[in-house]
Amino acid sequence: MNESDKTFPHILLDNAQKYGDRRPAIREKGYGIWQSFTWQDYLDQVKDLALGLASLGFQRGDKMAIIGDNRPHLYWGMAASQCLGGVPVPLYQDAIEKELYYILDHSEAKFALAEDQEQSDKLLALKKEIPRLEYIIYNDPKGMRNYDEPFLLRYSHVQELGRKFGKENPDYFMNEINKGRPDDVAIICYTSGTTGNPKGVMLLQEAVIEAAKGFTGFDGLTEDEEIMAYLPMAWIGDHAFCYAQALVTGYTINCPEKTSTVVHDTREIGPTYVFAPPRIWENWLTQVMIKMEDAAWIKRKMFHFFMNVAGKVEKLRMGHASVPVGLNVLYQLGRFLVYGPLLDNLGMRRVRVAYTAGEAIGPELFEFFRSLGVNLKQLYGMTESMAYISLQKDGDIDPETVGTPAPGVDIKITDRGEVTYKGPGNFAGYYKNPEATKETLIDGYIQSGDAGYITERGHLKIIDRAKDVSKLTNGTLFAPKYIENKLKFSPFIKEAVAHGMNMDYVAAFIDIDYGAVGNWAERRHIAYTSYTDLAQKPEVYDLINNEILRVNKSLSQDNQLKEAQIKRFLLLHKELDPDDGEITRTRKVRRGFVAEKYGALIDALYTSQESVEVDATVTYEDGRTATMKANLKIENAENF
Amino acid sequence: MSQKTEPILQMEAIEISFGGLKALDKVSLQVYPGEIMAIIGPNGAGKTTLLNVINGVYTPDNGRIFFDGKERPLKIKPHHVAAMGISRTFQNLALFKGMDTWSNIMVGRTKKMHAGFFSQGIYWGMSQKEEIEHREAVEGIIDFLEIENIRKQPAGMLPYGLQKRVELGRALASEPKLLLLDEPMAGMNLEEKEDIARFILDANEEIGYTIALIEHDMGVVMDICDRIVVLDFGNKIAEGTPDEIKSNPKVIKAYLGEAEGGGE
Repeated sequence: MNESDKTFPHILLDNAQKYGDRRPAIREKGYGIWQSFTWQDYLDQVKDLALGLASLGFQRGDKMAIIGDNRPHLYWGMAASQCLGGVPVPLYQDAIEKELYYILDHSEAKFALAEDQEQSDKLLALKKEIPRLEYIIYNDPKGMRNYDEPFLLRYSHVQELGRKFGKENPDYFMNEINKGRPDDVAIICYTSGTTGNPKGVMLLQEAVIEAAKGFTGFDGLTEDEEIMAYLPMAWIGDHAFCYAQALVTGYTINCPEKTSTVVHDTREIGPTYVFAPPRIWENWLTQVMIKMEDAAWIKRKMFHFFMNVAGKVEKLRMGHASVPVGLNVLYQLGRFLVYGPLLDNLGMRRVRVAYTAGEAIGPELFEFFRSLGVNLKQLYGMTESMAYISLQKDGDIDPETVGTPAPGVDIKITDRGEVTYKGPGNFAGYYKNPEATKETLIDGYIQSGDAGYITERGHLKIIDRAKDVSKLTNGTLFAPKYIENKLKFSPFIKEAVAHGMNMDYVAAFIDIDYGAVGNWAERRHIAYTSYTDLAQKPEVYDLINNEILRVNKSLSQDNQLKEAQIKRFLLLHKELDPDDGEITRTRKVRRGFVAEKYGALIDALYTSQESVEVDATVTYEDGRTATMKANLKIENAENF
Repeated sequence: MSQKTEPILQMEAIEISFGGLKALDKVSLQVYPGEIMAIIGPNGAGKTTLLNVINGVYTPDNGRIFFDGKERPLKIKPHHVAAMGISRTFQNLALFKGMDTWSNIMVGRTKKMHAGFFSQGIYWGMSQKEEIEHREAVEGIIDFLEIENIRKQPAGMLPYGLQKRVELGRALASEPKLLLLDEPMAGMNLEEKEDIARFILDANEEIGYTIALIEHDMGVVMDICDRIVVLDFGNKIAEGTPDEIKSNPKVIKAYLGEAEGGGE
């Protein structure tokens, strides 16, 4: 069969034939041990499940919602629905019922595959309102003994039905796979959307496959790679790296035991290929910093000394300058004493290629990992492009840009400064939303909504969301995210929201990192009772003020942005939370919503008030709400 | 769980005194296979004493105890009781603080290990098979109690609620015929209580354990237990389903007190 006519089910068949029982396709940690499933197991599992679904009436074009943590069974569910010409619709596992309702209803899902009792409960509650949902299949039977709904089936039971169905219809599976065409919809990914309802991005088989091939070709990935599957399955990044590329290349994905064991499990696997959004890289850095603060003074001294060396070396390497012999000797010594053991602790010693994407990464954070010797690179992608727009090339890295256009992608910048692109991974349209499709897809070019430009080196530089870039009253360019990212490099700052559109100066909300600041406070014997209490301690204000000075200094060196330094700030009384709608599930600030909810706080930042009263509702994970009152201090920061 | 089946534990007219104080006065009770039974009562009613009698820490002065259809001597070593299939947790935690979670739970399997010192040392033959079997059981419990992330952490460094969970894990590890829980939820916040209540129910319904527990939180007791025995000053004053107990005047009196007060 023609290579370009292949769909994922065909690729799965190829892999099973090529690697059979010789290579692991998926590992899952269960009962403290890594359990391997070979490519043959992968195929067998998918086949039984697909036939089981068929016996329950799964038709071509049917949608199957998939919800849960990264589990082999859920990846098999994706493949199984594709085998039958169906479309998987992955959902965010921490979404609350209200959010799931929209997507389940809009996607017209007939089947749902849930990981466990927690997810099944949400689906069961929703099924009453969405009669179109016919079957709910769950994998983990724990706690499910008292459920007797006839439409609720256990995964293994469906596979049993499949084996029976397969005996009666021996050709069914292959026939259905062969009906698959490259222009079938492979997946619908709902974008979390910073505004309005989520939109269902339809990606065709050929787009997903071509984008995956583009990636793996670009970095020369082989079937020997190991990657951790720990990011939400509903995120395009996970689909690209742990499903599409894994199938196309034949490498192994590793599902951790629990979300809480990811760090430990990563260390056991020692992945060679790492993909993480900036907030995860930030977490890793924070962890290192906290542990270093607690380490013996000699280790701490060594760490700071050698990180300083590494920083210098990385600056030279990035500028293509040669490293002086003395410095190089120190760097090699540092590798032996500090960088190696540190990477080993993070489970990154074997990393060949690492990517960060999803949001801009702070240059300092980026350089930290690169200087340790991790080949960390940025990629710029969107759900609409199968995460495939631009990539940083080995040896041509500029921390301020997102690299050059990926193979096969054409990038154009509009007169308004918006980035538009056309590439193999481009989507086919938003599901049941032609108006939005028309607005986004113009002459085959996707309007990214991001403001950016191409630098002299031919790199794409993204400044901010096009609609968020604005000016201060004095005419200075105000790119909030640029400032926020600089703030967030501090291990003590978890989130930040900068304000300044049509204002006289820049002011900011800061969310402290409870773990890092709490640890800092404990070591200084500062007693606190809660997040709110901790955030309002004068010592914590001083701590954060110092971080803001650092950012202001760095901004003062940029001719375009030096007038956009932060003048006033306050520490929020709670963490910004997707359950409260303040940030998206992928942790992007929803500016409009925040501006509305905290309007009084923003107003206070632009007066000379020294504190402000806040009265806010919080939503708990089960959907209940509560109000809290707090008095927030406002402080001024020095400008340069 | 029907009352007609043979009780797994039967205690008849148990009496025990400490000095002049009668801690238990002719207390009789039965625990039936597959049930969750609660022993409740005001402070000093003799609840923990009763558990200590059951697992051999105290020797009663009088009475008879039948376990699993056979009469058991009144004076018996606690580890013999454990070997018979009764395991317990303690009101005040009794974990090995320096050992990690995994090892603490493995301790619960000790009674089931048969391989000799030497063959364990070279990890061969039966000891290998046994080791695999015990590790599997321990991992099953870790999965059941959802404590994968603290598997390798020293028990002494864990928060209180988790230590309680580890202790429950150790009791489960011996696969007892009867599980005694002494205030499994004492000192916990609401969320931790709900978690433990769910694990107790799961252990009972999914794995089929018979459980007798002491608990002060009446809400939890009424929610999860099949049958309740009420003690007051060493006497059994009531026995029945949660609904019966709730409306029993003697129980109300014991809990709310009465002008005359005093013990018998």
